[in-house]
Amino acid sequence: MKTFNMAGKALAFLLVMTLLCGVVYPLVTTGFAQLFFHKQANGDLIVIDGVNYGSEHIGQQFTQMNHLWGRPMSVDTESFTDEAGNPLAYGWASNKSPAGDEQEAVYAQRVAAIRAAHPEMGVTPVPVDLITESGSGLDPEISPEAAEYQVKRIAANTDWTEDEVREIIARYTTGRLLGIFGEPRVNVLKVNLALDGILKE
Amino acid sequence: MNAGLQYGLYLVLLVVLAWPLGKYLFKVMNGDRVLLSPVLHPLEKGIYRLLRIDENEDMGWKRYAIVCVLFNLFGFLALWAMQKLQSVLPLNPEGMPGTSWHLGFNTAASFMTNTNWQAYSGETTLSYFTQMLGLCVQNCVSPAVGIAVMFALIRGLARVRKHGVGFFYTDMVRSVVYVLMPLALVLAMVQTSQGVIQNFSGHVEYQLLEPVTASVETELDDGTTVTREVEVTKGYIPMGPASSQIAIKQLGTNGGGYNGLNSAHPLENPTPLSNLGEMLALLLIPAACCFAFGYGVKDKKQGVAIFLAMFILLVAAVGFGALSEHAGTPQLAQGGAVANPVNMEGKETRFGIPTSVTWATWTTAASNGSVNSMHDSYTPLGGLVPMLLMQLGEVVFGGVGCGLYGMIGFVILTVFIVGLMVGHTPEYLGKKIEAREMKMAVLVCLATPVACLIGAGIACMLPSTVESLNNAGAHGFSEVLYAYSSGAGNNGSAFAGFNANTPFLNVSIGLVMIFVRFVPMLATLAIAGSMVEKKRIAESAGTLSTSNGMFVFLLIFIVLLVGALSFFPALALGPIAEHFLMLG
Repeated sequence: MKTFNMAGKALAFLLVMTLLCGVVYPLVTTGFAQLFFHKQANGDLIVIDGVNYGSEHIGQQFTQMNHLWGRPMSVDTESFTDEAGNPLAYGWASNKSPAGDEQEAVYAQRVAAIRAAHPEMGVTPVPVDLITESGSGLDPEISPEAAEYQVKRIAANTDWTEDEVREIIARYTTGRLLGIFGEPRVNVLKVNLALDGILKE
Repeated sequence: MNAGLQYGLYLVLLVVLAWPLGKYLFKVMNGDRVLLSPVLHPLEKGIYRLLRIDENEDMGWKRYAIVCVLFNLFGFLALWAMQKLQSVLPLNPEGMPGTSWHLGFNTAASFMTNTNWQAYSGETTLSYFTQMLGLCVQNCVSPAVGIAVMFALIRGLARVRKHGVGFFYTDMVRSVVYVLMPLALVLAMVQTSQGVIQNFSGHVEYQLLEPVTASVETELDDGTTVTREVEVTKGYIPMGPASSQIAIKQLGTNGGGYNGLNSAHPLENPTPLSNLGEMLALLLIPAACCFAFGYGVKDKKQGVAIFLAMFILLVAAVGFGALSEHAGTPQLAQGGAVANPVNMEGKETRFGIPTSVTWATWTTAASNGSVNSMHDSYTPLGGLVPMLLMQLGEVVFGGVGCGLYGMIGFVILTVFIVGLMVGHTPEYLGKKIEAREMKMAVLVCLATPVACLIGAGIACMLPSTVESLNNAGAHGFSEVLYAYSSGAGNNGSAFAGFNANTPFLNVSIGLVMIFVRFVPMLATLAIAGSMVEKKRIAESAGTLSTSNGMFVFLLIFIVLLVGALSFFPALALGPIAEHFLMLG
């Protein structure tokens, strides 16, 4: 085999592989995915009465007193815009070292802000997930402990009783896989949609 | 209690799945009939016919190497061009412009070399066309190249007084068609059932339940800018054919995320079940390679010995990282004001500490580099673990195929050193190790330290590098060291706060990745080429066993020795210094 032939064959092989791995494989996957898992393959969107409230997997920032709060977010409003040029919200990770002086001050500030918003909790230690940013910046969930910490505040700022709030939280709490893998967690968006009376299930 | 169970079961599941896959991999590469043959054999034959390939051809190591390099070169050029031209190519609903020349170079080098370092975020930079026909293709073929070269080496060791080390094209086709594609298809389905997106729609906009405010700068007619507060009422959700690409990036030790935040992104890894599948895929094939090696050299114990050396290092790394992340930092504990202050910075609630630490360790033990938590936000010693695993040269399982042949480099080094100590001619699997093999083995073992330290050293002398840092002080230095360790281990994970998208960093890290991919690969093929011609010598009383506990210990010792001697000074300036500063 001459070098020229060798090169030609290598190039032809690349084309065949591109067809197989870059066209056939993704298309077959898309076909199966859309057929069997239509909702999941399209982002698990929560659409109620024609309004798209987002994906159940994508976290949103909540700071109002009548809502359950999620992980702290650095909301990004610069990367994406709609067709009219209005900014859209997205999220990224902080990528900050948890050992630095800079973060020590950030954590102190978050602890103070959360305590100020939850006077009824006194000096109960603040759950760690309420003061740390997540890995994706879009974490849709918090721990059951972090949700419980907020129950009294939510009850005081809505028409729900504490037990009703707990009931709603329990409805959107998922345990570990097989009781072993991952961590128990509460879907913050779904709880808030339920608190607002939008999501009823 | 639960944490310990998770760490343990993840490891058990890995071993249980890797053993049968190793046997399957060996049979496939040997051309034997396997379970999937009735379905896939016609496809394999069809590809040979289409390309007019004679599947019984045999290549000497030089021709094998030339064809391999040519194939990689074309893949590299195609991917570079595709990024530049994506604005005029189809499947670009977000209207992404072509990338800069240096980002295109870096990304093409990165995906060709099985590194998948990303100086960009997928959702803001690449079209669906580039993701599918560019990245996804390299995600499939780069691990296949690793498997091909590994089997060339296996044949070099197993065959006696022959010339050929195998045929590049059949090795490639078999590993893609019988191993990578079927596994990827299954994993993609598991992921999508959990909520990993797979579609061709453009992005989705949704109604925020609570609007947020943003300051927007607008330029007036006279050239001045005014900043005004705007209420943002809608959010952004990226879409696209993600699941197919994520499945193969997990299986092929690639690791390049579809989205910028990789498998921490909830649409890339939404639940503990999707995580279980993706995480087992990190190490599944590299671990199976050990067992396939044992079958290939017709001595299963040789494969088990290499597996054990790797596994022991892996368990130690998981344990060390876990202790550090569960302990958290004093800064996070806030003097008792925070409950259970484990280090959750940069970690997802659904994964918590055990699942995040296991992933971080596995992904850097394998040369995968995908992440489900942000390594930049690990505790100083927790972040040292992934960095060290890359610096060891990606031989704790390492990349698909290349981790195993990298480890054989260390095996040769070990038998040589031990041979010197006992005054016996070193031999491996009944073949003499001579000067030529030793030179090549040294190239395999030293490529990573040389490329990493020189690259990081130059970067640290450039004043402009400081502008790329996201953290100050020792942690800032760690960000630079991590970037070059990742490139030099062909890993691809990052201390992601570091902005690597500058001309100097793109080009230098790109060159590092190419160097550490091809120097060990060509050296390995050279070893295969000289070993295949040797005769097998009979075992004698002086022969060092390479499959007993003593040898496993010696191999681990040599790997750590080379790594520690090369990197201790650099690590002392980065994570170790940061650890002591943290304690105040």
